[in-house]
Amino acid sequence: MTVRQRLWRGVPYLILVLSVLPIIVGYFWLVLSSFMTRTEGLLPVGNLTLKHWSFLLEPPFGRGYPSIWRVTLNTFLIAAFMTIVVVLVSALTGYALSRLNFPGRKGFLSLTLILHAFPSVTLLIGTFFVLRALNLYNTSLGVGLVMVGFEMPFGIWLMKGFFDGVSWDMERAALIDGASRLQVWWQVILPTIKPGIAALAIFAFISGWNAWLIPKTFTIGAGQQATLSVYLQNFQGETVAVDWGSVTAVGLFQLIPVAIFFIFTQDLLLNIYSGGAKGGA
Amino acid sequence: MKVELENLTKRWGKFVGADGINLAIGDGEFVAFLGPSGCGKTTTLLMVAGIYKPSEGTIRFDGKVVNTVSPKDRNIGMVFQSYALYPHMTVYQNISYPLKLRKMPKRERRERAQDVADMMGIGDLMDRKPAMLSGGQQQRVALGRSLVKEPQLLLFDEPLSNLDARLRLSMRGEIKRLQMELGITSIYVTHDQVEAMTMADRIAVMKDGKLEAYAKPDELYDRPRTLFVAGFVGNPPMNFLKVEVTREDGEYRARAEGIDLLVPAERGEKAVIKGEVIMGIRPEDVSIADGGTQGEIYVVEPLGRDDLVDVRIGDIEIHVLANPTLGTKMGERTSLKFDTKEVQFFDPETEQSLIWN
Ligand SMILES: Nc1ncnc2c1ncn2[C@@H]1O[C@H](COP(=O)(O)OP(=O)(O)OP(=O)(O)O)[C@@H](O)[C@H]1O
Ligand SMILES: [Mg+2]
Repeated sequence: MTVRQRLWRGVPYLILVLSVLPIIVGYFWLVLSSFMTRTEGLLPVGNLTLKHWSFLLEPPFGRGYPSIWRVTLNTFLIAAFMTIVVVLVSALTGYALSRLNFPGRKGFLSLTLILHAFPSVTLLIGTFFVLRALNLYNTSLGVGLVMVGFEMPFGIWLMKGFFDGVSWDMERAALIDGASRLQVWWQVILPTIKPGIAALAIFAFISGWNAWLIPKTFTIGAGQQATLSVYLQNFQGETVAVDWGSVTAVGLFQLIPVAIFFIFTQDLLLNIYSGGAKGGA
Repeated sequence: MKVELENLTKRWGKFVGADGINLAIGDGEFVAFLGPSGCGKTTTLLMVAGIYKPSEGTIRFDGKVVNTVSPKDRNIGMVFQSYALYPHMTVYQNISYPLKLRKMPKRERRERAQDVADMMGIGDLMDRKPAMLSGGQQQRVALGRSLVKEPQLLLFDEPLSNLDARLRLSMRGEIKRLQMELGITSIYVTHDQVEAMTMADRIAVMKDGKLEAYAKPDELYDRPRTLFVAGFVGNPPMNFLKVEVTREDGEYRARAEGIDLLVPAERGEKAVIKGEVIMGIRPEDVSIADGGTQGEIYVVEPLGRDDLVDVRIGDIEIHVLANPTLGTKMGERTSLKFDTKEVQFFDPETEQSLIWN
């Protein structure tokens, strides 16, 4: 290989590095500023400090506000609840939509698609009244249910796409081998679309973990039901100056589990595109 | 087990997939469903399997109506063209899955699966996943899975069409042998007439969802009742030409432009009533020899043992099997001899045989 060829080979890398540079710089600044007393622009000034991380030990807003651990638990519970419900219901619904021919199937499918494309913000007010009527306003359950509802159309379409990719013959073979419909679903179909299930689970978990709009709207202030994103916002209160150091520290704290999760599951996540792409009616 | 289909019909809306099929399969018999793509073979098979619900008609196993019996209670085994193996299970798990569903104890399951796998020659592949097997091995696993529960009826849906020619030939023999030894009633769907002819005791020829003929292979070959059957069975396919059959001085002659043939009296007399008929003659009954009908060689296709020669007599196209040593060349004049002993005549309107109906 000549020098010239080597140089040419480097070009794509150069382009890629340049294009992710802003993101890398952003993260770098995020980490750095959470340990610095002060930053000016992108450059840190002052000394190293751990004071921005003090929220781990004592509630930063005084009494009446939950500790970070309580908030983390809330967030985790909502994300886990969302994962389980979304995966279970989407897997069943997607299977039915992919395999069974029932009256209203077409209509249901298009409705799901419309809901998927619908900006959920526009539904917030309506949802508020529903939650209040059901006495679920300002509860974790209410927040969890609304998030599940908003995630469902995506989950159903994704699962339907994966089920569509499973051959009919395999299902028929299992029926002939002596399996019941539910056994076919559980023992034969689900294991073959494991990557799809995993991808949806990860997606649902991350979107639950990061959710801000819905928890913010349907809980009051940073009460006992707060999630991490909402909690984070308390640092940017309207009355006091924004404590950027603490904002970055809490932001990082929220990010770490997701980042670790992501590193281990990125292969599975990529499957979402191979399966979801087939999601025609 | 005996299988009887009575007026079996499957409709999707207005579309008819299988149309009033009537046929009976004897105990231990090997029946092939033969027909072109889309003629309803798979549809019929899946109704027998209990996967599709018939729109009309009845299916009987040993005299009992099984229309509403679910697939798992029909005690059948099925092999699919796509093999339909469970990709997340090992070969052992695939083969023993039907036994597991029957809640057979683990040790017995292991033994039975191993026996079947050994019989199929895949006994040493038990721990592999299907993705790590060749097509032929996958086919054997699928076959093993269908046999392991000792079914009373075996269904095959084009099981060999994804294999290469050589493997297809050997699997053909193996399946046939296995079926004979085990004596399991079998239905074998194929669009390959050679497969049907060589393997089946009887062949059900289907066309557009209808049963066109149901007979032994040699009967289909020698005494086709319809134009479709005559054209579909036999390779290379039968030649068809429009002729006028007349009787002159006690002899029957079939004439077309450039062709004048003497035909056997017992066949000619059936055709003469109609006059204008379609004559069918197999390529092996025509030969290239001097002093016959004059024609021109249009194209020569070497098949190895023979050459398939397309000869044009005016507008008429005749396929002939010729010895490659004859050195036939495209564009040359040639002469054809017709052996009319096995000649067929069909009504041009109804396409029914004038001889066998
Ligand atoms: N589920 C279905 N819904 C509607 N039409 C169907 C369905 N299944 C099959 N058909 C139609 O019924 C006809 C017969 O199909 P079938 O699968 O039985 O053909 P086949 O003889 O097995 O053909 P091939 O040799 O290609 O497998 C086809 O025209 C097909 O399009
Ligand atoms: Mg078919």
